[in-house]
Amino acid sequence: MPALSQSIAIAETRSTPRRGPSRGLDAVFRTCSYAAALLVLLVLAGILGSILYGGWPVFREFGFGFLTSSAWNIGTEQYGALVAVIGTLASAVIALLIGVPVSLGIAIFLTQLCPGWARKPVAMTIELLAAVPSIIYGMWGLFIFAPIFARFVQIPLSNLVEGLPVVGTLLYARVPSGVGIFTAGIILAIMIVPFIASIARDMLDQIPTVLRESAYGIGCTTWEVVRHVLVPQAAVSIIGAIMLGLGRALGETMAVTFVVGNANRLSASIFDPSSTIASRIANEFNEADGLQLNALMALGCILFVITFIVLIVARLLTRRVRAA
Amino acid sequence: MNAASALPTGDLSRGNAATDRAIRIAVKNLNFYYGSFHGLKNVNLNFYDRKVTALIGPSGCGKSTLLRCFNRIYSLYPEQRAEGEILLDGRNVLDSNVDLNELRSRIGMVFQKPTPFPMSIYDNVAFGLRLYEKLPKADLDVRVEESLRKSALWDEVKDKLKQAGTGLSGGQQQRLCIARTVAQKPEVILFDEPTSALDPISTGRIEELMEQLRDEFTIVIVTHNMQQAARISQYTAFMYLGELVEFGQTDKIFMNPNERKTQDYITGRFG
Amino acid sequence: MDATNPLVTTPSPLRASRVRPGRRVADRALRISCLVATVVGAVVLGSILLMLIVEGIRGLSPTLFTQPTPGPGSEGGGIANAILGSLVLTTIGIVVATPVGVMAGTYLAEYGRGSKLADIIRFLNDVLLSAPSILIGLFVYTLMVRPMGTYSGWAGGVALAIIAVPVIVRTTEDMLRLVPGTLREAGAALGAPPSKVITSVTWRAASSGIVTGIILALARIAGETAPLLFTALNNNSWFSPNLMGGVANLPVMIYQFALSPYPNWQGLAWAGALLITTTILALSIIARLVIKPQNAR
Repeated sequence: MPALSQSIAIAETRSTPRRGPSRGLDAVFRTCSYAAALLVLLVLAGILGSILYGGWPVFREFGFGFLTSSAWNIGTEQYGALVAVIGTLASAVIALLIGVPVSLGIAIFLTQLCPGWARKPVAMTIELLAAVPSIIYGMWGLFIFAPIFARFVQIPLSNLVEGLPVVGTLLYARVPSGVGIFTAGIILAIMIVPFIASIARDMLDQIPTVLRESAYGIGCTTWEVVRHVLVPQAAVSIIGAIMLGLGRALGETMAVTFVVGNANRLSASIFDPSSTIASRIANEFNEADGLQLNALMALGCILFVITFIVLIVARLLTRRVRAA
Repeated sequence: MNAASALPTGDLSRGNAATDRAIRIAVKNLNFYYGSFHGLKNVNLNFYDRKVTALIGPSGCGKSTLLRCFNRIYSLYPEQRAEGEILLDGRNVLDSNVDLNELRSRIGMVFQKPTPFPMSIYDNVAFGLRLYEKLPKADLDVRVEESLRKSALWDEVKDKLKQAGTGLSGGQQQRLCIARTVAQKPEVILFDEPTSALDPISTGRIEELMEQLRDEFTIVIVTHNMQQAARISQYTAFMYLGELVEFGQTDKIFMNPNERKTQDYITGRFG
Repeated sequence: MDATNPLVTTPSPLRASRVRPGRRVADRALRISCLVATVVGAVVLGSILLMLIVEGIRGLSPTLFTQPTPGPGSEGGGIANAILGSLVLTTIGIVVATPVGVMAGTYLAEYGRGSKLADIIRFLNDVLLSAPSILIGLFVYTLMVRPMGTYSGWAGGVALAIIAVPVIVRTTEDMLRLVPGTLREAGAALGAPPSKVITSVTWRAASSGIVTGIILALARIAGETAPLLFTALNNNSWFSPNLMGGVANLPVMIYQFALSPYPNWQGLAWAGALLITTTILALSIIARLVIKPQNAR
């Protein structure tokens, strides 16, 4: 192979050795980015570890009874999670019942009905609602919403239903102050609407226009297009978005602390003051000591478990669609 | 006749005077896999020093894959791997101990779509230079100007070297990318359909440019455009379904190919 | 099916009536309720802003930006210590979170493609993104406040950093993924090692998006209250230079003062609320403006 040997000769005369950039730096950079990513895992493990560690004495002391007891007595050192857990779940469910229809309504309005010029400002307004700090919602709820709600809803409604079976207990406000589980639910609804609405809007926007046009093409009304074409298409991710909103509602602290009333009372009325896990921790943690501190940490554990299950399901639902 | 096309490499290198036929790259028994898909099947092929070799063939035939083996750019993607030998000046670039960064500084590549970096025109050209050579500012300026002149861009950009490279027109961006590659003084330049995203006038300028670059560099170009292959290359390889069908001097391939398949493709019967 | 023939376009009154009234009612109901939902959303935002402006302006005073918060029941004073404290805490938070978040996002987008670990981290980061912030407060309390024996600005800053990191990770990864692969190939083809390609090509190409993520993270942590309750707490005087002990900050100050019985404190809480909301809304709007040019390209 004479040609090959000649080409080697050429190569030797032409190529000068090239010193590249140091490989060490490259490895350092890679390791740093890897470490940063691992830190995310570590933080999550740390959160779980720290509240498990803090709550452990309470789980050991009360066992499963911690979950089913409604006691919260600092004097006798008797603690149970029931009131806070029910308060958390009840306020979140109320938030979903009110927030989901409103969110979907906004998403449908923005994608299907809104005139082009208004789309951007309206979407922007809704998204800005998500940026408002939760403490502001709390103040709005306590100082603006609660008095109006007490005067125009709670008092007339209580007078109306007093003495009636079922609704008489469910909707009767012993102290019509405007604060309570229901008000917490409404404020939470307002807070989760921007989240659900903006995800739902993105999902509806992603549906190919052809699909929509062909539905209109066979004479469907907007309602029918939405009901039979758009919603089924985006259903999974919209449910994911709702779960995401639920996760937020369950863990929201400051807004709820303002308006929930912070009472440790198990009441059948949705207008009565109560507590959620987060509001109780926020309220008592700084003055807590000994077993009470452990009990608050244990409440944190329960909140962790509930929210993380919800969030994991939410992320799985929204992710599957993104991949498809 | 079939024997010649099956082993074109030996035939050509033995049959000609060595001086103007020095082999720059020798591909031997090259196989390529995308995961489990067998993308290149036992390819044997030589590339000659300071000549333009065109790789043609229908979409998915493996011509771009072959090109991406020379500088091992495929290794950015863990599921892709190559087996066999690619000898660059006698050294196998597929060896695991090859310094990829150094290899890539010797084998430049220009892509289908212009890829100016988000920095100034000057920095774009100086990017590769700064990696491998510590040059004083004055020398750097000289090299940048030299490279921009070689890629026929200097006159258009000499007054706006500090402006963003992304602000240039498509054809200018592509010449900027060529300047960036040329600046490193590579031995081989790979062109992966460099004009398919450009208008005819820009295409013409790039082709003229390649004509000039041939004096200095070994050029391999993948192209869909057969007129382009005929215009600018001295050698042409026709590939089909991951295999090398025929390789030879461009005139021969276009006027009188040995293989029926080559004939069919060139006359537009499929592809 | 027989009631509506889509091909019939003649505007005859007979034909028009063939559309069942139920369908029209449902359609009208949908349109109206969607509009109502949107109006309600806008009205709530409007009433929040109105409340902040009315009450906040009433709480403004000449000493607001010059004096620290007054003691319970006393008159005068300002919120200067809380403003400064908030600036310090969010600065610590963003300064800690930015390198971690950007590097982790870079790992997910550049190195971790196709790796199982990266998938897990990406998923858990998304979960962390909406994790209750109060739990992060409990974590940092256990991690720093308890061992150090005191509340501190450092603990508050770390808690805010933990909230900011997932936001930055997510946007950084998303933005890096938008950078075309050919740009990376072009960098590699010049012989640049991966770290060089990332720092001088991909980061640059995604820079406006990454900056947006950092601004959004800033907006997110600026108003966070719950995690600060157990970490930085609050203080009615200027904080000590080493940031040990309670550090005054706007969110906790607003929380404590708003629920207090003292009108002077309540006024200061409203002024603080107006200030913090305006800042956050401004940051959110800026973040959207920053990202716009990139979308247009």
